[in-house]
Amino acid sequence: MKNIFKLSIGFLMAAVAFTSCNDQKSGQSGALRSSNAEKVYVAPGEHDSHYAFISGGYSGNLTVYGLPSGRMFKEIPVFSQFPTNGYGYSEETKPMLETSYGFIPWDDSHHPDISQTNGKLDGRWIFINGNNTPRIARISLTSFETEEIIEVPNSAGNHSSSFITENTEYVVAGTRFSVPIPQRDMAIKEYKGNFKGALSFISVDPEHGHMDIKFQVLMPGFNYDLSHPGRGKSHGWFFFTTYNTEEANTLLEVNASQNDKDFIAAINWKKIEEYVNNGGGTMMPANYAHNVYDEATHNATSTMKKEVRVVNPAEVPGAVYLLPTPKSPHGCDVDPTGEYIVGNGKLSANLTVHSFTKMLDAIENKKFDGDAYGIPILKFEDVLAGSVEQPGLGPLHTEFDGKGNAYTTFFISSEVVKWKLGTWEVIDRKPTYYSVGHLTIPGGNSREPFGKYMFAMNKITKDRYLPTGPEMEHSAQLYDISGDKMELILDFPTHGEPHYAAAIPAEIIKNNSRKIYRLAENQHAKKATSDADTKVVRDGKNVHVYMTMIRSHFSPDNIEGVKVGDKVFFHITNLEQDFDVPHGFAMIGANNAELLVTPGQTRTLTWEPKQVGVWPFYCTDFCSALHQEMQGYVRVSPANSNIELSWGLGEE
Amino acid sequence: MKKAGIIMVIGSLLLLGLFKFPLWNIMLGAPQYPDPLGMDIYINGIQGVKEFDLQNIDGLNHYIGMKTIPKPEEMWEFSVFPKVILGMSILGAIIGLLVFFKKISYTSILAWFILMSFLGILGMYDFNNWLIDYGSNLDPHAIIKVTNPDGTPMSYKPPLLGFQKLLNFDVKSLPHIGGYLMFVGMALTLVAFWIGRKASVRKTTQ
Repeated sequence: MKNIFKLSIGFLMAAVAFTSCNDQKSGQSGALRSSNAEKVYVAPGEHDSHYAFISGGYSGNLTVYGLPSGRMFKEIPVFSQFPTNGYGYSEETKPMLETSYGFIPWDDSHHPDISQTNGKLDGRWIFINGNNTPRIARISLTSFETEEIIEVPNSAGNHSSSFITENTEYVVAGTRFSVPIPQRDMAIKEYKGNFKGALSFISVDPEHGHMDIKFQVLMPGFNYDLSHPGRGKSHGWFFFTTYNTEEANTLLEVNASQNDKDFIAAINWKKIEEYVNNGGGTMMPANYAHNVYDEATHNATSTMKKEVRVVNPAEVPGAVYLLPTPKSPHGCDVDPTGEYIVGNGKLSANLTVHSFTKMLDAIENKKFDGDAYGIPILKFEDVLAGSVEQPGLGPLHTEFDGKGNAYTTFFISSEVVKWKLGTWEVIDRKPTYYSVGHLTIPGGNSREPFGKYMFAMNKITKDRYLPTGPEMEHSAQLYDISGDKMELILDFPTHGEPHYAAAIPAEIIKNNSRKIYRLAENQHAKKATSDADTKVVRDGKNVHVYMTMIRSHFSPDNIEGVKVGDKVFFHITNLEQDFDVPHGFAMIGANNAELLVTPGQTRTLTWEPKQVGVWPFYCTDFCSALHQEMQGYVRVSPANSNIELSWGLGEE
Repeated sequence: MKKAGIIMVIGSLLLLGLFKFPLWNIMLGAPQYPDPLGMDIYINGIQGVKEFDLQNIDGLNHYIGMKTIPKPEEMWEFSVFPKVILGMSILGAIIGLLVFFKKISYTSILAWFILMSFLGILGMYDFNNWLIDYGSNLDPHAIIKVTNPDGTPMSYKPPLLGFQKLLNFDVKSLPHIGGYLMFVGMALTLVAFWIGRKASVRKTTQ
């Protein structure tokens, strides 16, 4: 308890000390404000210069924004059911949310990362992790839809994820919580020495992006907080921050804050890959879902995988080293050259930067300082490149502008600090509103950042916008970082609780954006691509309706012969081949959601009629001048009625 | 006379461009279609500028009761026009060659031009008749019926040449590459005639 008390006093002092800084927020002159307005003004009809993909946190999704305007364009459903378009409700998309725990309608999404080729953003896919029920999703940047989700076994609190290597060889997922591997019934207090932390290397097929867990490194029972890949000279390595190297299992806020230094784990994944390719590691029984959405069949399938390859790092000499890093480091960030590894020690007064070159040198000269469960620990002094002295309080994350500068967020002092790599001098600091978590520079996790904009995503909103009751969206601030000093140019709300975000110049992806699905290429088993294909078929208690939609009618729109106790499957194909003409489908009393069907697509909604009567359905998306006429009826008869199925359109 | 013959051959062969490029183009833009829909009119049929343009134009036109855009087999023009163009092109080339070898008089070139112009005007007349029918022969059960101030049904006939506003659509109708090649080709035959005439006049005055 004493420690908590000390810590709180420290935070209080910090708050007092930095109050003066926060007063700058209204200090801008009129002229400066108007020039800032020009910097973020995107005239009506014009496009933003960058896309920003901002994680939705506890919304489980991913939101798409434009920079510099801060306008939100889309919410992409990933790990959460989305009644807005039927994701996770329609028969086609339900398998996306299957896991070894069954159907999970929600998750906590954290760290998006865009695919790369040769260390540069290639804009093919974006990956994001589900933190709560460990999963990694791959989202297409042509359809802007979730195409694949793989569950990560042996993991819990999938937080040091989902970061990709510089040729998208792997998307990496580390566990925040160590757990018994395999899971078993045991006393929690036997944690120490018995729990393990799995770091998963998930290979990405270069052609289709399909993911497969290549191997899991079973590390000591620390908490693996964040990670980033090596790049350039350090390509082939991966770095993970750890906390709770004390291996505490209760009251971690105190018990995991005792060690003066925790570690950054440096993993030579190329070495382990080679070991695995030569048959190394062991296949262990596992149970995890692999869900793939097929754009041609418009259907997702879920398969359970039954084993996973695990690697004991002690058995692969030279593959894993531990770099002592002060005070429970959070963010683990690698500069564009691959030389500097920043450990953002969240309880440390200084910011620690390790040198990749010095690390290799220390390894070569075997300058070890003991080991942890057989993993060599390097000496802090031997790997330290330098420290940024007293830059702020509570460093969390660092990004880079590609011009030799780094930008670090400080949660407690609520600011972003710009400092110089190599000289470690602080160049500028700007307040954030309030308590910033991650920050993003487009391409900030790559060899070639686009250092024009930086935005900070905050955890606390307070008074930034018109009040909306106790719960508010979080705030973000956009800074122009093209000059020596950062300039705050925009404040905008974000959806859910953004953690990390990935941003990319618009021209890399905007011309690939899909407009329609070609009807001629629709391979859905229950499609109807013309009026002639429409029908209603009974299969026991199941009634399958093969329906089409086009401006401005459903075909068929009158259906009779359905009975109470039936299960009706509406398989609906949108016949439009015109950009931005989706149709919706809503059925009175359906216990799920609506469907939003984009041109050329087929979607299925299930309805279990419970009452006798004549029940309407209608189009929910104002599609045309005759949208209000786009409706139909289903006649529901008693369970024992002998009315035959019949259907039609336009017959009086 | 050689020069006139060569230019005549080139000019009449330029007509063959109509087999590769559209004769005419009609674009339809609207607030909802910032990227306009369009049809390219070839001598052997009508195609969409973008893959699904015809389907989308037909889809929109069903509201006002217009017929669907005709398929090649639905209009005799699309089988006759290619034959006429091919025939005139070959005929022109032969005339050019004969002029080149001084087998016939340069005046045949003018005869060809007059025939071609006559056929061209006939073609335009026929095309315009189709546009009138397409724009005004409407389904009496059309969903949306718009009338002129005098109570007569509004015609949706696209302009033969130029711009016109039709309800929410801005319609633009202009020749396309094939059409321009044909005009250039025909102009060249006139040039050939003029050169032939000049050479002939020089000869007689000498």
